[in-house]
Amino acid sequence: MNKTIDHAELTAENEISIVNISRRGFLKDFALSGFVLAAGLPALTWADETATPTAQDKYGADAMPHGWVDNPLVFVAIADDGTVTIICHRSEMGQGVRTSLPMVVADELEANWLHVKVEQAPGNEVRFGNQDTDGSRSMRHFFMPMRRVGAAARQMLESAAAAQWQVPVHEVHAELHRVIHPATGRSLGYGDLAQAAAKLPVPARESLRLKTPADFRYIGKGQVGIYDGRDIVRGLGQYGIDTRLKDMLYAVVARPPVFGGKVASYDAKDALKVPGVIKVIELPSSPPPAEFNPLGGVAVIASNTWAAIQGRKALKIEWNKGPHGNYDSVVYKTELEAAARKPGKVVRNESDVEAALKTAAKRVEAEYYAPHLAQAPMEPPAATARIVNGHCEIWACTQAPQLSHDQVAKWLKLPAEKVTVHVTLLGGGFGRKSKPDYVIEAALLSKAMHGKPVKVTWTREDDLHHSYFHTVSVERLEAGLDDQGKPIAWLHRTVAPTISSTFGPDSKHQMPVELGMGVINVPYAIANLRIENPEAEAHTRIGWFRSVSNIPHAFAIQSFVAELAAAAGRDHKDFLLELIGLPRRIDPRTLGDNWNHGESPELYPIDTGRLRLVTETVADKAGWGLELPKGRGLGIAAHYSFVTYIAVVVEVAVSEDGILSIPCIDVAVDCGPQVNPERIRSQIEGACIMGVSLATLGEISFKDGAVVQDNFHQYQLTRMDDAPREIRVHLLPTTEFDTPLGGVGEPAVPPIAPALCNAIFAATGQRIRQLPIREQLRKN
Amino acid sequence: MTTLTINGKPRQIDLPEDTPLLWALRDHLGLTGTKFGCGMSLCGACTVHVDGEPTRACVTPVSSVVGKNIVTIEAIDQDAIGQKVQDAWLALGVPQCGYCQSGQIMAATALLQHNPNPSDADIDKAMSGNICRCGTYQRIRAAIKQAAGSKESNS
Ligand code: FES
Ligand code: FES
Repeated sequence: MNKTIDHAELTAENEISIVNISRRGFLKDFALSGFVLAAGLPALTWADETATPTAQDKYGADAMPHGWVDNPLVFVAIADDGTVTIICHRSEMGQGVRTSLPMVVADELEANWLHVKVEQAPGNEVRFGNQDTDGSRSMRHFFMPMRRVGAAARQMLESAAAAQWQVPVHEVHAELHRVIHPATGRSLGYGDLAQAAAKLPVPARESLRLKTPADFRYIGKGQVGIYDGRDIVRGLGQYGIDTRLKDMLYAVVARPPVFGGKVASYDAKDALKVPGVIKVIELPSSPPPAEFNPLGGVAVIASNTWAAIQGRKALKIEWNKGPHGNYDSVVYKTELEAAARKPGKVVRNESDVEAALKTAAKRVEAEYYAPHLAQAPMEPPAATARIVNGHCEIWACTQAPQLSHDQVAKWLKLPAEKVTVHVTLLGGGFGRKSKPDYVIEAALLSKAMHGKPVKVTWTREDDLHHSYFHTVSVERLEAGLDDQGKPIAWLHRTVAPTISSTFGPDSKHQMPVELGMGVINVPYAIANLRIENPEAEAHTRIGWFRSVSNIPHAFAIQSFVAELAAAAGRDHKDFLLELIGLPRRIDPRTLGDNWNHGESPELYPIDTGRLRLVTETVADKAGWGLELPKGRGLGIAAHYSFVTYIAVVVEVAVSEDGILSIPCIDVAVDCGPQVNPERIRSQIEGACIMGVSLATLGEISFKDGAVVQDNFHQYQLTRMDDAPREIRVHLLPTTEFDTPLGGVGEPAVPPIAPALCNAIFAATGQRIRQLPIREQLRKN
Repeated sequence: MTTLTINGKPRQIDLPEDTPLLWALRDHLGLTGTKFGCGMSLCGACTVHVDGEPTRACVTPVSSVVGKNIVTIEAIDQDAIGQKVQDAWLALGVPQCGYCQSGQIMAATALLQHNPNPSDADIDKAMSGNICRCGTYQRIRAAIKQAAGSKESNS
């Protein structure tokens, strides 16, 4: 054909750029020996019901499976030409982790970012530490280990130079990819020192000299561009769906439309007639609980994705629906409402709510509904597997590399060392790609095809029909105000199917992790307070979606506070600040929250002073209190989650016809020290859009057990014309880096929906209690 | 055998003629920069240029683009405007996960090729077919304006 080598041909020839540690340059002997300095204890898992202070004596990264590793020989390699390669062991899904974590190493290492290369770690937590990229944890848990990695490598380079010059090590220092001896003006580049440095012992952790923040070159600055940016804008980023291997086959799978269903019978005759279709393979379904098991069904293997899709259309399949064939969102909503109107399991109780409600001057009650959601990452799930000489290699866009590894080993009955999981870029994750059901499918199909490479692609329909869905919930709140309009009683019933139903027998109750997402740990100073959790049964796979149960909890509570303020005839912002109360540091355990996002209650108390400050800041920045023209309104909400404090003011304009637009969102963020403020801003901006999207349009519903929405015409997402015209992110200034970090990826999502609905109320007097808003404002 | 002109070069494919261009590009020609997001012309991830017009490759049969000039994200830097768009994208840190950005850049480049100074309404109109689940719209808008501005200042 043609002579010019374009990327396509390169890709096809080289297959894919596989992370190959042994190929790396310099500290390579050490990198291969890979002794591990530290490993944490197994963490409380999602399904763990026993989160009690005694069961959990480790927090943060220490409490995660395989904890953290801070060995420079695991994370850093330096080549003769000075190129510094830094391993990123967390999955890149848009949060910028492949930029930010290596940047932390590079800073302590005094490396020149222009000479830094980033390589993605395969799934191997013993070697790299925890790799579950969710829970807004990457920077929070790995800032300090990565600083130590960089500092240790720097000190090894300094020692090597000092030895070469035969001067005391304290006379030399590293500076921007060189070690310098100021007394004599000598200097050596990192490439020249790497050989010798690699032979030195790794300095003991206690002997590390971390930089002072004043000396940071990249940390806290935000001037470093996105590492993968150049590839992305040229279409060269390699996502899971982009994997191409020699002789690869392409698969799509017809899965049971109803959760718990299975294939009764199928006829593949017509499918096999489709040009390009090679084989049709039945995949087994698994009994409950769902866990990470593939759903089973019928796979079509073809010579390209399109042929596989066409082949699947031609399949004739009879399904057994199983026990959830009647799941119907309209009916289920009434069941949740009925449950919320009756007493349920008491999960927190302070004083006497009933008595206080009786004596209240005014009683207010409201019910809020938030539907199922699908994460719908722009890149649907996709994974490729091949098995060569009994070794299974996987390429996948996964948030959970180790879990994927373990699941593939289990399903293929291979020893752990016979499975390798390469992590590609993720075209979004939002929790969906924490569940490796699609990875297991690829492994099973490769096995069925005698080890040939097989790529499984999920279509958008597959993604929406077979997500691990965000829960569906009714939140019922009742409060009593005294004659001053001050809340004296608070009764909250939260009803929603639980994520733990996906992993074990359905307890029908939210687990501590879910209750700890803004409902049990509500930090308001109200004398009489009770929180109840009536039962709700799950009829589909419930999973985590960016910010998880904080979404319904914040929607209900922050809307309800606005309703109380209105009932009391008070300014909402003032009322909210009074409810938050004076600055105080609350031990979350005293609120019945023993989980605390997995963090130490001492290091991470709930600080109402910080919640106040973001609230005051955002009100100030948004011009709270100024007169707005008719049809315009401001709404405020403040929510603490992922150990970060966020307050939001949304400005809306609602036309006479009831058409909603959002001129501006102000967000104030206190996430503690800001390692990469530029990526923090982009995460917050994105969270605002996702919050608007779920509030205005987001809904997955079920009918006859199956998801109703097939594609983006039915599961709509916010587009540019309906997006907020301006998002202003106000990061609360921090200069100290010794205070604990908060999460960033998730915590801005929850307050958006209530702030938006509060703004609509301010603009129109109409109170939205059911999400999504969709056509509720329309006048005709 | 069908011959398509892709990024200025003839490329041969042997596929049923109703095969969407998207899968010909991705699976047969290895041009994986053009992304799959919906397969129904709903998300814009698969946007390419066909004779200069932004086109959803997922619903474009290969037979319909024979003899036409197809440009994908991999070659958009060969266009001066495309390059400015890419530069603006990087300067403003537009991408998050990046998956939608091939399509966004193709749509933005086509917009600026047709309309060197788009208004906000023009941008809304040209870009609202492209979904970004990560929510980069604000930066996309700013980057389009920056690319438009830089084009002016250079001319
Ligand atoms: S994949 Fe073509 S528009 Fe979505
Ligand atoms: S950057 Fe992730 S979908 Fe747009």
